[in-house]
Amino acid sequence: MIPSSFEYHAPASLDEALALLARHGEEAKLLAGGQSLLPLMKLRLASPTHIVDINRIPGLGFLEEADGVLRVGALVREADLDDSELVRSRLPILTETARQIADPLVRNLATLCGNLAHGDPANDHPATMLALGAEVVATGRQGARRIPISGFFTGPFATALRADEILTEVRIPLPPRRSGGAYLKVERKVGDYATAGVAVQVTLTTQGTCERAGIGLTNAGLTPVKAERAEAALRGTALTEDVIKNAARLAAEAAEPSADLRGSAEYKRDLIRVLTARALRKAIARAQGQPA
Amino acid sequence: MHIQLAVNGEKHEAEVEPRLLLVHLIREVFRLTGTHIGCDTTHCGACTVILDGRPVKSCTVLAVQANGREIMTVEGLERDGKLHPLQAGFVEEHGLQCGYCTPGMLMTSYAFLQKHASPTEDEIRWAISGNLCRCTGYVNIVKAIQHAAATLRQ
Repeated sequence: MIPSSFEYHAPASLDEALALLARHGEEAKLLAGGQSLLPLMKLRLASPTHIVDINRIPGLGFLEEADGVLRVGALVREADLDDSELVRSRLPILTETARQIADPLVRNLATLCGNLAHGDPANDHPATMLALGAEVVATGRQGARRIPISGFFTGPFATALRADEILTEVRIPLPPRRSGGAYLKVERKVGDYATAGVAVQVTLTTQGTCERAGIGLTNAGLTPVKAERAEAALRGTALTEDVIKNAARLAAEAAEPSADLRGSAEYKRDLIRVLTARALRKAIARAQGQPA
Repeated sequence: MHIQLAVNGEKHEAEVEPRLLLVHLIREVFRLTGTHIGCDTTHCGACTVILDGRPVKSCTVLAVQANGREIMTVEGLERDGKLHPLQAGFVEEHGLQCGYCTPGMLMTSYAFLQKHASPTEDEIRWAISGNLCRCTGYVNIVKAIQHAAATLRQ
């Protein structure tokens, strides 16, 4: 399968890339890892007439801690996240998510920023970013703006990014002490999209009650889903088994999965209930410092 | 567009359309047909080559993306008529049946063994999880990689 013809640009700077986007607008697509874009182009589901390859722009491969935030640049690959000791020690949920995306070969090219910018509700990072309360940085010719992840996904394969902006960075607040997270995904085989996936991140008070809870759902609707009622039902509680089960039920209610070869809508909704409860128990155990 | 890149240590040049895929450049322009095209949809890994040290699916990379970079294909494994320990391992342990997935398996495990000298079976299975063998010969593929790891440790 061969993509339709396009003009290829390999800008050497962000300014040059932004100028290309300004000139070509919706006709242009950015290429970072290309592991979603190129398959779509080969299937002719996407036929951009301009490809702007950002891989030769220096300075977009940063993965670092700064002022309590993990900064992930546009050219950080999934394999880089998986290899990072900083990520493993401070945000194990992110290591766990990266390791469940596609397969090891795809992860050598695929990027976190691209995974979000693609706006695919079946992608895995959106749920984890929703659970963590991340922000994305959209850089345009007039400068950069920060967009909270909860307002980023505007529709199926649609985001708050403008056609002349580049998602240059994801900013993830590093969780305080007594925090834990988990990402659970059911997939039919390695490399398949999630039948359903659930990301949970909790922070406990010194008394062991729930201070903060974030829950994101994968492949549970037309956009990535933030299970807000389930989060609210956890906050301030002692996180008993009854509370967990109730939150899991509310998360399932927030999901509107569609039936496909992976299962019926009813099956997927129930899978989200089960996965939410399991992810919560795992996240809580990790927040309590127990092995999980 | 004019591109130049190193393939198995040799400099190559070509004039290509931007939409040409890396796997087609390797097979049809450079005539290195050891790299296979399997599913052509980023699933099977038969087209795996090493791009600047990391194994990737060459059906999902544009040839122009490899401009100025280094590629290693299955043809780069053998040296002076002598099989690489991985190739020898696949022979010894019967690591192939039809052989279609083998070039990809070899390239993925070549990069993997650079970083993991003494891998466990689980680590090997995890590493090759993006390479499919339709003969389902995974047991012997794992043994072949273990065989190669042992040879390389000596």
